Amino acid sequence: MSVSSGDTAWLLVSSALVMLMTPGLALFYGGMVRRKNVLSTIMMSFVALGLVGLLWVLYGYSLSFGSNQGGFIGGLDFVGLAGVGQEPSPLYASTVPHLAFMIFQAMFAIITVALITGAVVERIKFGALLIFSALWLTLVYCPVAHWVWGSGGWLAQLGTLDFAGGSVVHINAGVSSLALVMLLGRRRGFPQEPMEPSNIPMVVLGAGLLWFGWFGFNAGSALTSGGLAASAFVATNTAAATGAFTWMIISWVHRRPTILGTVTGAIAGLATITPAAGFVTPLAGIPIGIAAAITCYYVMLLLKTKLGFDDSLDVFAVHGIGGILGMLATGIFASAAVNTAGADGLLLGNGMQFLKQLLSVVAVGAYAFAVTWILGKLVDVTIGLRVGQMEETVGLDLSQHGERAYGGLLR
Amino acid sequence: MKKIEAIIREERLETVKKELEDNSYFGMTVSEVSGRGRQKGILLQWRVGEYRVDLLPKLKIELVVLDEDVPTAIDIIVRNARTGEIGDGKIFVLPVEGVVRVRTGDRDEKAI
Repeated sequence: MSVSSGDTAWLLVSSALVMLMTPGLALFYGGMVRRKNVLSTIMMSFVALGLVGLLWVLYGYSLSFGSNQGGFIGGLDFVGLAGVGQEPSPLYASTVPHLAFMIFQAMFAIITVALITGAVVERIKFGALLIFSALWLTLVYCPVAHWVWGSGGWLAQLGTLDFAGGSVVHINAGVSSLALVMLLGRRRGFPQEPMEPSNIPMVVLGAGLLWFGWFGFNAGSALTSGGLAASAFVATNTAAATGAFTWMIISWVHRRPTILGTVTGAIAGLATITPAAGFVTPLAGIPIGIAAAITCYYVMLLLKTKLGFDDSLDVFAVHGIGGILGMLATGIFASAAVNTAGADGLLLGNGMQFLKQLLSVVAVGAYAFAVTWILGKLVDVTIGLRVGQMEETVGLDLSQHGERAYGGLLR
Repeated sequence: MKKIEAIIREERLETVKKELEDNSYFGMTVSEVSGRGRQKGILLQWRVGEYRVDLLPKLKIELVVLDEDVPTAIDIIVRNARTGEIGDGKIFVLPVEGVVRVRTGDRDEKAI
């Protein structure tokens, strides 16, 4: 196949869009923590651009997309980008340079690692987070990406549909957050003391950047610049809009229509449409967005308010639940008429697809939980996951980074 | 000489300031403070659920006046800061030992 300039242009722009999601996430998360932890929270996301961006070209891409090793992981043939050049890959995205596909995938790995940090902010030791993130990329992200998207991956062989990462990104990050919080424990003072968001306008800016970047994430996952990309784009926007509006209504029924709730609903809608975006009709974004907001809202309420489980920025409730819901919704709403590489779902009489989606949810969730728990435990018993009591009390900005977000007395 | 410290609602500052000015009380220091009284805080919402914040933002006005001006100044502040609802604030009156105008070195009554 020869390189298509249109497809290449779109995929490179999409890669840049997805890159912007990570600093967007940094602002989104940073605004939700207390003033003393704003910078450390931003840093946890931003550093993924450095850490994962490097590891990905060294070996991460190879472990995910290298030659199939028993359906479980990629081989070492692409280590150091060996053989990944300006010509298209014979296996992936056959109309764009292999390098373009590689860097598009890099941005997914980066943001997935960054997503997890929302669960552990305000108390994790920075060095421990870096070591955990490197291990997690290697032993959780890369294998799971290979299962679902790698040529010969066992879930890909099975016929699992995951357009842009409902399982690889969202279930993976969400469920891993759950395991990590179990090891790390609650923030000091949670839930008795109110933990006020330091800057909600910054949260909204971050959410806006995430929504914007998500067009690259989902419509870019078409890997071509034609009708399928447009269809995924519209489905994505529809689910985000519906999710935002639905969450706003729920919070209004409860008391007042909050901005924080509205942007959370948008992110829940976006996470949930992710696996479905290129397999369902654009209007399927409406039921998916509604289901996303309602389910994520009540799971969050249960976990945080009723059970006192301190997944601090609700990574499991938004991304874990959104990913699970989206993978299952794909099995319900999928239509081979939208994407010939896809399949029909339950509503079109193919109940088998729903079962395949369910199996993928269980497999990815169980693997991510188990391996994350082991890796987290390993880091905990060696260098320790958690900062000291004093460091936590003065805040991670000062204790971990020697900086503060807002200037001193003299303005 | 007395120092009047008045804790008031943020939204009442302009009218308080205006009437003090109309009565030739120009000098004052205003700062943003947080505090708690009988108002007991307000409910705020998170993504889900809500939480109570019991230290509320108020403004503190500080002005130093002659002893005989204290009743007038207090009257002006009370009339303009009052809404009748819980949370209108509080006024403290403190003795002042001395005042110095930095520019001229003037002391006490001359410096107010």
